[in-house]
Amino acid sequence: MQNSKLSEKQVKHVARLANLKLTRDEVGKFKKQLSHILEYVEKLKKVNTKDIKPTAQVSGLKNISKKDRVNKKRYTMHTGYYQTKAIF
Amino acid sequence: MTLCELTLTKAIKGLKEKKFSSRELVESCLKRIKKLNPKLNAFITINQKLKIKNRKHKLKIKNNVLMGIPFSLKDVFVTKDIKTTAGSKVLENYFPEYDATVVKRLKEDGAIIIGKTNCDAWAHGSSGENSDFGPTKNPWNLAYSPGGSSSGSAASVVAQMCLFSLGTDTGGSIRLPASFCNVVGLKPTYGRVSRYGVIAMASSLDCPAIFAKTVEDCELVFKIISGKDSYDGTSMGKPKTKKPARSEARQGRQKPKTQIKNIKIGVPKEYFGKGLDEEVKKIVNKAITTFKQLGGLGEIREISLPHTEYGVAVYYILQTSEVSSNLSRYDGIRYGYDRTKFANEAKRRIMLGTFALSSGYYEAYYEKAMRMRTLIKQDFDKAFEKVNVLIAPVSPTPPFKLGEKIDDPLTMYLSDILTVPANLAGIPSLALPCGFTKTGLPIGMQIMGPQMSEELLFAIGKKYQELTDWHKHKPDLT
Repeated sequence: MQNSKLSEKQVKHVARLANLKLTRDEVGKFKKQLSHILEYVEKLKKVNTKDIKPTAQVSGLKNISKKDRVNKKRYTMHTGYYQTKAIF
Repeated sequence: MTLCELTLTKAIKGLKEKKFSSRELVESCLKRIKKLNPKLNAFITINQKLKIKNRKHKLKIKNNVLMGIPFSLKDVFVTKDIKTTAGSKVLENYFPEYDATVVKRLKEDGAIIIGKTNCDAWAHGSSGENSDFGPTKNPWNLAYSPGGSSSGSAASVVAQMCLFSLGTDTGGSIRLPASFCNVVGLKPTYGRVSRYGVIAMASSLDCPAIFAKTVEDCELVFKIISGKDSYDGTSMGKPKTKKPARSEARQGRQKPKTQIKNIKIGVPKEYFGKGLDEEVKKIVNKAITTFKQLGGLGEIREISLPHTEYGVAVYYILQTSEVSSNLSRYDGIRYGYDRTKFANEAKRRIMLGTFALSSGYYEAYYEKAMRMRTLIKQDFDKAFEKVNVLIAPVSPTPPFKLGEKIDDPLTMYLSDILTVPANLAGIPSLALPCGFTKTGLPIGMQIMGPQMSEELLFAIGKKYQELTDWHKHKPDLT
């Protein structure tokens, strides 16, 4: 992992990415708190996970989808195109 | 006995035998809420639109097991035309246009929403103190936290304000308040209860969950809300049925004492390590020895879950990353207020998650955490090859005072150390009252099982509640 202590610049960058407006005091406060938490998660470095597959979700389900049901009343065909009611 | 003090099972029987009406039952609960809510702050919204007359005709009552039963819901469940805030000022005046699937299932069964309960904003918290509407107080001692994030739900059940409540458990948010308030709390298998209409926190971890006065009550509610839902692509149906679940519940006759054969109980040593409070250790160990009285007990043995110590780190990377994505929809354009209304904890978690997912850091944080999650799940898979269930404490400490952990976010996060592994692995866990500290504060234990093993957890939990009566203790709120 990278050097986990966050700089003020990084905090402002992350806030911008997350569309959050921070005051100058907040930047300072969050810088400390977030750095503290990131230092704690450094412990994950101790474990070798090189050949371990990541887990995205634990339900084991794959490709769940609903069958498309076409409602023929909602469109008409016109010269090979679908014609529907305007929305705007 | 005052009607609101009945268990769900007894109330259903009483209603069926016409010993009292649903109106009387609901009024008993409302009276209780009026008296105690100013002290406890368990409810954000009390349902003023309660209609009890002629409900059978107006609602599409299919099975009516819970006909006329009042319940409460954590304010993260979307309820049609009833204000839903998620505990945050962003949704202070949000009135949903639809019901969550679990709400729909309970309404179709005739249950009555008595109110929406207080919680940490966006379910971010372990104490209830992150609610934008003030913290809920622990009914056992008003200076203490009731646990979080489903703080109001737990308090509403133990304070007899309703007969059961729904909450969510993403990192322990059902089990911790259940343990701190002396009620039963079930975190189901991930996917067994639909998340449709649940204001999302971390989509791969969120589990809608149940608070009840007894395991028997909990099982009843679970049968109604669980099951595949076409609106939730991660939901799963029941593994196999020998009898339709609802007819069993409808019969309501005296069931024979639960049978358990050759159960192997595992005690994970990492959950009883250095950080565990001595009183909690003593009480939970005593609870485990109670199982020696179980007729069908095979053995009790020590188990190791070697990656337990990494659980909090993995959780606070994965969960905050998913939070940063799920909370991006709150832009104040289509509904709710804008992002300036987010309080500190929400901002903290959004930023942590955004950072972990950002370019240059994604592999080192998010992907690393996903790989660690595999290892944590494998710990449980290996353990369940040797034993049927694992029993452990829920909280490393007894209930703590309001204000005690609020200054350092990391200290608060570490309250989740014993609960997050079950969420990361997606397994069910049943939290049960099992004792009190010398100062009269509740202590709970959790029984964890493999995915889809709720029926086994219920059988063991019911047996425990036949042998003990911790769950019958109620706080003195006069």
